[in-house]
Amino acid sequence: MDFINHQLFIKDINVHIDPILPKKTAIITHGHADHARFGHDHVIATRQTIDIMKIRYGDKCAKKFTPLRYGQKYSIKNFDFTLYPAGHILGSAQVLIEKNNHRLVITGDYKVGKDETCKNFKLVKCDTLITEATFGLPIFQHPDPKDEIQKLIRSVKINKKNCHIVGAYALGKAQRVMNLLRQQKYNETIYIHGSLEKLCQYYSKEKINIGKFEKVSSKDKNFYEGKIIIAPPSALKDRWSRRFPNPIICMASGWMTVKQRAKQQGIELPLVISDHSDWNELLDTIKKSNAKNILITHGQEDALVYYCKKQNLVSKPLSIQGRSDEEIE
Amino acid sequence: MKKFSSLLHNLILTPSRNTKIKLLQDYFNKLDINRAYALAILSDQLSFQFIKASKLRELVYEQVDQHLFDYSYDYVGDLAETISLIWPTKKEEKSQNLSTLIENIKKIKKSEINKEFSKILSELSNNERWTLIKICTGGLRIGVSERLVKTALADLYNKSVNEIEEIWHGLEFPYENLFQWLKNEISKPKIDFKKLFHPMMLANPIDEEKDFKRLDANEFQAEYKWDGIRVQLMVSSNSVALYSRTGDNISSAFPEIIEATNGDAVIDGELLVGRNFKPSGFNDLQQRLNRKKTSKDLQNKFPVFIRAYDILFYKGKDLRKFSLIERRKYLEKFQKENITNQIDLSTIINFSTWKELKKYKNNFHDDLNEGVMIKLKNSEYLPGRKKGYWYKWKKNPKLVDAILMYAQRGHGKRSSYYSDFTFGVWKESELVPIGKAYSGYTDKELLVLDKFIRNNTINKFGPVREVKKEIILEVAFDDVFPSTRHKSGVAMRFPRIHRIRWDKPINEVLSIKEFKKEFKID
Repeated sequence: MDFINHQLFIKDINVHIDPILPKKTAIITHGHADHARFGHDHVIATRQTIDIMKIRYGDKCAKKFTPLRYGQKYSIKNFDFTLYPAGHILGSAQVLIEKNNHRLVITGDYKVGKDETCKNFKLVKCDTLITEATFGLPIFQHPDPKDEIQKLIRSVKINKKNCHIVGAYALGKAQRVMNLLRQQKYNETIYIHGSLEKLCQYYSKEKINIGKFEKVSSKDKNFYEGKIIIAPPSALKDRWSRRFPNPIICMASGWMTVKQRAKQQGIELPLVISDHSDWNELLDTIKKSNAKNILITHGQEDALVYYCKKQNLVSKPLSIQGRSDEEIE
Repeated sequence: MKKFSSLLHNLILTPSRNTKIKLLQDYFNKLDINRAYALAILSDQLSFQFIKASKLRELVYEQVDQHLFDYSYDYVGDLAETISLIWPTKKEEKSQNLSTLIENIKKIKKSEINKEFSKILSELSNNERWTLIKICTGGLRIGVSERLVKTALADLYNKSVNEIEEIWHGLEFPYENLFQWLKNEISKPKIDFKKLFHPMMLANPIDEEKDFKRLDANEFQAEYKWDGIRVQLMVSSNSVALYSRTGDNISSAFPEIIEATNGDAVIDGELLVGRNFKPSGFNDLQQRLNRKKTSKDLQNKFPVFIRAYDILFYKGKDLRKFSLIERRKYLEKFQKENITNQIDLSTIINFSTWKELKKYKNNFHDDLNEGVMIKLKNSEYLPGRKKGYWYKWKKNPKLVDAILMYAQRGHGKRSSYYSDFTFGVWKESELVPIGKAYSGYTDKELLVLDKFIRNNTINKFGPVREVKKEIILEVAFDDVFPSTRHKSGVAMRFPRIHRIRWDKPINEVLSIKEFKKEFKID
């Protein structure tokens, strides 16, 4: 595992995983902005991640693209790379790197729970595991997302004169909320913030069931009474949300577990729906991976490092530059 | 319990006052058996003898690894929430009635607390567990004041909130007479007013720019503002009692007052330490605080007296509807009739313009004087912090520039932000901390500081982060005293962040020697 440094850089072959700055060769785990950036020479990723990058940054956001299927091996010199589903968002992948019989897995962002909007997480056995730890504290035990989405549906039924604005990240979370609503037989048109439109269209094209949606327009104010609107979190505090009738501000995020966080952000209806593993899932993945060497990144590393050491696993935090906690999802 | 805990959950997340009132009314309207318990909890009148924060920590350490709990608590910043989230849940929840649950908890024997209370926590849902722990630790902090609860009840039953306020302190759990009266089943409960604590009249800070333009100086009188303990003294022929601002009976801590006082009145005043009615510093006063009993030695060393501001009752007569001017006459009469070494009168300052008053505000060099009070001459004695009657005008604070050294995450509404700051001044080539502040900054400044701390941490000591020494904070404080407990030898009173001094280089910050000289310590 000495072949990769704390910046997820493999010097021998000049390959980076999820680099922040433009690089020669970049393996991209998924399309979120803190992982997929503009301007690399060569991007290696799943077809869907490449599609998403092109939607967000334009067709020329990299000079060359190499799409990989899940499970397909790709070699550079004596390094073999394979992508496996990470269950985080559409197209998301873990990266297995094999060199001289050493297997190293970078999970990227992942969740173990079921999700109809992407391929489900596949556990990959390895010697070294670099895992994320967004929710790496035992207080995070995600509830069943179905129950959470029912809270929204119930509130819509009771508060007929209000509209519900749900804050959800434009890529992945928004479409997952829409899909969960459909699973629970909510069949009304869902209204979306303009910035979600292209990605929603893409999910539809990829045959993800998000149902009928429509961009919010300058209709009569009362039109939106009783409707569900999905918007990126940044729009909740913006003037944009003031145009709606008696909005109830909701937020779909794992952070909503903590009431004080919800309150700080002015969220009235928190929905604990996460695209990251919770504490138990993190522990379970670490255990089942058989890895003896655990590196922890992205989030609340301290508690997880402590836990791993107690299990006699070699463990340390990996501080990746440019990422601070609590901003990612 | 389910309903009550979702009420609390909704209350904490609802920003709108009207929605909060509606939530409260919906709850009180429907429930019968539990409403008394709910009211007791919402007005912070219910607590369990054996179950306090320290006990809860002990219980949670039996369930989960201590380090994992500490990491989590540091992140969440709220004990009730951390415990409720981290507590291992049973598959089968067993919900109980709020009233049944509380009665069951009260019955638990001290020797069985750990086992029995843990069992209860395990059987509750997450949100119910949070509610129960909030009840145990007291002070719900869910953005609902006692006043708001009273307002909700008053509106629900078409009463005025002042009527509830008047009898409030005479009511007792389970408030049967209150609820019956609200529903017009009986007439208003009779309370023996003389035996009761009467909610105090409080002042609002003055807004120098706005208020002085619209207020006529002739309609107001001014007094010095004293920084002791605000008290209410109840004297009658057969008993004397002293109450704190929150209505706690603190008579036993100040026996000399109780012994020396005669007459028949209810007095509002400030409790101060000093001889011959000359107040000494806050440090001295602190020697007398938070004691259940006081030794003769302590009484001699730190004698106390009351500086009287106001009078509410005189010989059984309710003066609260009288004007301040008239009440003052009664107060003077009371004092003349009952001369003691324990009570003197607050001085009235003569002034004709606000500008003139400003001189009085700042020129008074006494430790415990913290500015002036401005009171409408015509004002009745109204409970609470009503706008437009009484104002406080504080002295300008003392200021010092100090260097940000350490930061820690805050609690409550500032949890997750690095919002507790330790700052210091030079001691030769090193820095020595002189105080810690967690208020005063704007929301914007907090974000800037939080970001700086995250990006410039050079050391972590548990939850405490040491940061690069680059940021200068202008710290405002009320006073500073010598202290043997602190490395710097000084202790500040009420330090807060006044502003961030982006313009100043760190080598221009004072040394501890210069600091002590400037503020006359040693």
